[in-house]
Amino acid sequence: MEDYKKTPKKPLRIITYALLALWAIVVLFPFYWMLLTSVKSYSSYNSEYIPKFFTLSPTLQNYADAFTSVPLGRYLLNTLIFTVITTAIMLIVITLAAFAFARLEFKGKNIVFVIFLSLMMIPNELVVITNFVTITNWDMRNSFPGLILPSITSVFYIYLLKENFEQIPDNLYYAAKVDGTSDLKYLLRVMVPISKPTLVTITILKVIECWNSYVWPRLITDDENYFLVSNGIQEIREKGFGRENIPAMMAAVVVISVPLIILFLVFRKKIMEGVSRGGTKG
Amino acid sequence: MFKKFFKNSNLKSWLYLLPAIIFLGIFMVYPLIDVFVYSFEEGYNSASQTYFGTGTYNYSYILHDPYFLQAVKNTFILVIITVPLSTGIALLISLGLTSIQRFRSLLQTIYFLPYVTNTLAVGLVFMILFKKTAYSDGLINMLLSLFGGDTVDFIEGPYWAKMFVLCFYTVWVVLPFKILILTSALSSVNPVYYNAARVDGTSKFRTFIRITLPMISPMIFYLIITGFIGAFKAYSDVVALFGTDLNAAEMNTIVGYVYDMLYGDSGGYPSYASAAAILLFAIVLTITCINLLVSKKNVHYS
Repeated sequence: MEDYKKTPKKPLRIITYALLALWAIVVLFPFYWMLLTSVKSYSSYNSEYIPKFFTLSPTLQNYADAFTSVPLGRYLLNTLIFTVITTAIMLIVITLAAFAFARLEFKGKNIVFVIFLSLMMIPNELVVITNFVTITNWDMRNSFPGLILPSITSVFYIYLLKENFEQIPDNLYYAAKVDGTSDLKYLLRVMVPISKPTLVTITILKVIECWNSYVWPRLITDDENYFLVSNGIQEIREKGFGRENIPAMMAAVVVISVPLIILFLVFRKKIMEGVSRGGTKG
Repeated sequence: MFKKFFKNSNLKSWLYLLPAIIFLGIFMVYPLIDVFVYSFEEGYNSASQTYFGTGTYNYSYILHDPYFLQAVKNTFILVIITVPLSTGIALLISLGLTSIQRFRSLLQTIYFLPYVTNTLAVGLVFMILFKKTAYSDGLINMLLSLFGGDTVDFIEGPYWAKMFVLCFYTVWVVLPFKILILTSALSSVNPVYYNAARVDGTSKFRTFIRITLPMISPMIFYLIITGFIGAFKAYSDVVALFGTDLNAAEMNTIVGYVYDMLYGDSGGYPSYASAAAILLFAIVLTITCINLLVSKKNVHYS
């Protein structure tokens, strides 16, 4: 089995490693640079006409600045609220829908399912215009409901969960029925625990999506009190610390990036598996 | 009939679906119909919600708008450069990854990192690396002059320089997904084929062309199709590099144009935005169909 993969001959192997290492550096360098710049002091950064690759006098002052001179804490809190509520409501909605499709029998099921599937192909750009008008008419601009409501729907996750639910043997369901267990109880006590791995994957993917969402929050909020981190970073860039305080800007960038990087390192396998099963980005 | 349709167990099933149907109905199905309606309503006023008449004026307006044409040009350049480039690089890296054993999982983890980062935040780092200010030429320019090149402001300088940074950043952002897909496609090729080829004494290159490539061709085409769709919708990475006033930077994209028409200083025209969004959708649909036709002829489905 391992035989065919015999390590390539030496020169080829060296070139392979060199190229792979090169790309690893290209990927990691921006992260290194943001960390490095975020611990350089304002004066030392601006006195470096030729940027240095290291610093001998690291400072945490920029992090203090990032939280005091712009409402970075507020942005983080908003994003946290937005992410948690959106993901929670989405989980309830998709679990109920996936259960209906996977387990229950009713007239029109197939038609509705096909309609759901075809909605997967609708690009967000096409529906965002009307949603913008709808939310504006409902007077929900600059509010959490306005941010959250249109971000909930995820047809793909309904599909993913339905596939998972269908793998649970029918016998379990009939046994529960004989015992007089209600559908809802069966869903919560049996199906949800069995499908926990898939639910965790979906949750993580949705959290990443929420944390990074930019377009909708930008359209629907212009009050700083409701900015999410993406909009916050854009605001910082355009007005924030005064254009030149780049170290403080980078400190903010680090603070925003770290939560997701930790999430990724903890759930590396799950995330990569989930994305290869159905994530699309770029 | 209606009563029978919603008889007890049916009714209960529909109750489970109800939340999903409400959300999808209000925020996907209705908007989908509405966007076509908007695009044909002429002179729509979002404050009073009135319009003068119906027709194709909105389409003809945006097709004569230099900002839209600039956005279309930028988007097409971006697509034509980044889709083949990123797919090619991803294929090379994946081939390299599958041929080694040591450090493989570490490298895979590193390569995936850009996927989980905030596009806006890291875009800011790229901006700083490439930007030339009064205080500093920036790191990239320093490297350029080290190799005897002229320094250039990649963020507010000439068009090609800005386009270069945009393409570079786009490739950086989209590679993790492609590498992930191609690596798993490569490792799922049945080793029996490779062993047979080795027994026959087939050269490495020939094995790649005759066995590997056909076996992973469905995944490559999948990546090309999603790559086209994704690149046509480029927006937030452009904002990350050049700021929100993309028209002034000559760097707007079609999606950027849609949002500018909807909101911001130049906003308040949902009709123009709708027409532009529908044109974008038409372009993407056409290219996807062409891709599917081409792939039918060339892709090997086992």
